Amino acid sequence: MNALLLTLLTPLVGALLLALIRSLGPAGWLNLAVSALTLVGAVWLALSVGLDGSLTGMGFRVDAFNIYLVVLTAFVGLTTAIFSRPYMRHVCAEGRVSVGSLRIYHSMYQAFMLTMLVALTTDNLGVLWVAVEGATLATVLLVSLYRTPEAVEAAWKYFILCGVGIALALFGTVLTYFAAQHVLQDPDAGLSWSLLYDHAEALDPTVMRIAFVFLLVGYGTKIGLVPLHQWLPDAHSEGPTPMSAVLSGLLLNVALYAVVRFKMLVDGSLAETATPHLAGSLLMGFGLVSFVVAGLFLHRQRDIKRMFSYSSIEHMGLMTFAFGLGGPLATFGALLHMLVHSLTKSAIFITVGHAAHIAGTQSIDRIRGLIRTQPAVGWSLLIGVVAIAGFPPFGVFTSEFLLLTATMQTHPWFTVVLLSGLVIAFAGLFRHLHPMVYGAAPKGQQPVQANMLPVFIHLGLVLWLGLSIPGFLAAWLDSATQLITGEHLL
Amino acid sequence: MSLTLMPLLQQFMLLLAALVLFLSFVLLAQARLVAAIHIFAWQGALIAAVTFTVAVTGDAPHLYFSALLTLALKAMLIPWMLHRLVRQLGLERHTEVLIRPGLVVMAAVVLVIFSYWVVVPMVEQSLAFTRNIIAVSLAVVLIGLLMMVFRQQAVAQVLGFMSMENGLFLAAISATAGMPLVVELGVAFDVLVAMVLFGVFFFQIRESIDSLDVDRLNRLTETLEQDSGEQP
Repeated sequence: MNALLLTLLTPLVGALLLALIRSLGPAGWLNLAVSALTLVGAVWLALSVGLDGSLTGMGFRVDAFNIYLVVLTAFVGLTTAIFSRPYMRHVCAEGRVSVGSLRIYHSMYQAFMLTMLVALTTDNLGVLWVAVEGATLATVLLVSLYRTPEAVEAAWKYFILCGVGIALALFGTVLTYFAAQHVLQDPDAGLSWSLLYDHAEALDPTVMRIAFVFLLVGYGTKIGLVPLHQWLPDAHSEGPTPMSAVLSGLLLNVALYAVVRFKMLVDGSLAETATPHLAGSLLMGFGLVSFVVAGLFLHRQRDIKRMFSYSSIEHMGLMTFAFGLGGPLATFGALLHMLVHSLTKSAIFITVGHAAHIAGTQSIDRIRGLIRTQPAVGWSLLIGVVAIAGFPPFGVFTSEFLLLTATMQTHPWFTVVLLSGLVIAFAGLFRHLHPMVYGAAPKGQQPVQANMLPVFIHLGLVLWLGLSIPGFLAAWLDSATQLITGEHLL
Repeated sequence: MSLTLMPLLQQFMLLLAALVLFLSFVLLAQARLVAAIHIFAWQGALIAAVTFTVAVTGDAPHLYFSALLTLALKAMLIPWMLHRLVRQLGLERHTEVLIRPGLVVMAAVVLVIFSYWVVVPMVEQSLAFTRNIIAVSLAVVLIGLLMMVFRQQAVAQVLGFMSMENGLFLAAISATAGMPLVVELGVAFDVLVAMVLFGVFFFQIRESIDSLDVDRLNRLTETLEQDSGEQP
């Protein structure tokens, strides 16, 4: 419990302190230190959960499923903070944001981390909703940080769409609570996920069915499922790059996590009815549509950050599909894919931030010759895209291979769709990537000061996960799979 | 169960819920901003009254607090903040030009029918009483959504958003006798922060497009030519 308190209180205190610090230099370092301490707390928490089993009490629940996401969140939070310190100094030196706005930026960065961690560790479905909504509120000012008309528009769209979506999710939560009232004696415990899961088969199936539709639409807006994805490319492309990295790498995961938690309840409730796989089928449908549509949209992009946000939608679609498919193999693959996608995508966004500095633009047509100008950035972008497109020997290949195998076993026809979707996405990424990294650099293009350490760490980890998944991690993911599907894979 | 067989307090609650729904319709078609804010405040007060009635009938003391919270937040604080913003933005006399209001009200009627249709499967499980209120609150949520789509003025969109929240409060209160306190406080906190941020955005939007007509926020589209390329 101490570890949990450390993990949650550190970003809280950090957010309050950073709201007070006026000068930029110390704020960047403090942001880094707070993120590092959060990671220490998360690892400590993971160790204690690994040794003593899942931790419940005081309205929190840390089990095999969410602990790896907690560690991942804290880790990406730290590496992005490493990147953000010099990056935001640079942005500030260019005069695009004021020092006052950076105070908001740092404080909200930690507030966002706090909401993510609370959403992951809480046992209370109502608090989960409050935290996910809090994440929107924390990031919406950051999307409009540059105050350009485009940024304000993106932020307004983000605010309104996610606000509406999340309101529908609250309606779903209320319906779940309504179903729980007929099952549990203590009304105050009616939103405790652990208790509901224990009594899932007694929850009224008709109510749960309606509730799940609302929850899927609500949290699905946050995952970026097509056709609720409209906010995502705008918010990612107009906000500061560190925000794009954490939004893509963390927020989308947490929203998907919420949906999967609810799916576990609904599956239990519907097990005896005529449509036991309703939740899974809905997830498969939404996931597949997102996967294919986002792959097609990749081809039309002109802005580099928009392009990679569509790639995020595509991958979230794939994970949603896999969780919908169910079964130990697909679930294991989806959990692994969550991990490798977060690592790869945040590395790509960090690299893209540097690339956009080199070229002075986000327009794909005008980013040229990155390898000539600055090999570290150019190669990182190339390797990152190779990894995200699912090439061996990177981790994304492993997870996609597992997903395809699982699909082949149960729904062979969908394998065709998945494979063509992967090829379409690959083509979309590479037709834009090729001229950006190779080719002659425009005259006068200068290398920038870039800290590539976070990128190297992320890509190194993804490579490692592709070559051999360490035993403890496999066991970890396996116990999460066991929790979700009831069966072990390994 | 027929209406006349219900205890008087339940009938009273249904009456209040029906009034909330009625105010949603009025809000939807009210072109004057200040008047719309007043209607929204009355809607909040009605929700507080529903909460209070549940507290009296259901013998749930924590609901008295929740009724007070709703009254303070939904009927006073948020309308006051909106009113102040409207004054600061110089929009007191602003009247929006509504496009086909009749059609939109008809659409809202369809949404009410749809809400009842959605909750029909719950008939067997629960009393007619709760079913009615769930349907009403779902209709309020959906009409709020419709309002956000239909209105082009940013303040009116925020009113739509807040009236959606009202619908959610109504659902939580009447169907389940209130959410646990920690959740209720969290939701109230989120709504309040959202309101403050909306205020910030009104000024940012006006600064960037010189109006609060969010239909003019149309720079970001799929086929955008990125000519404003100075943004890493």
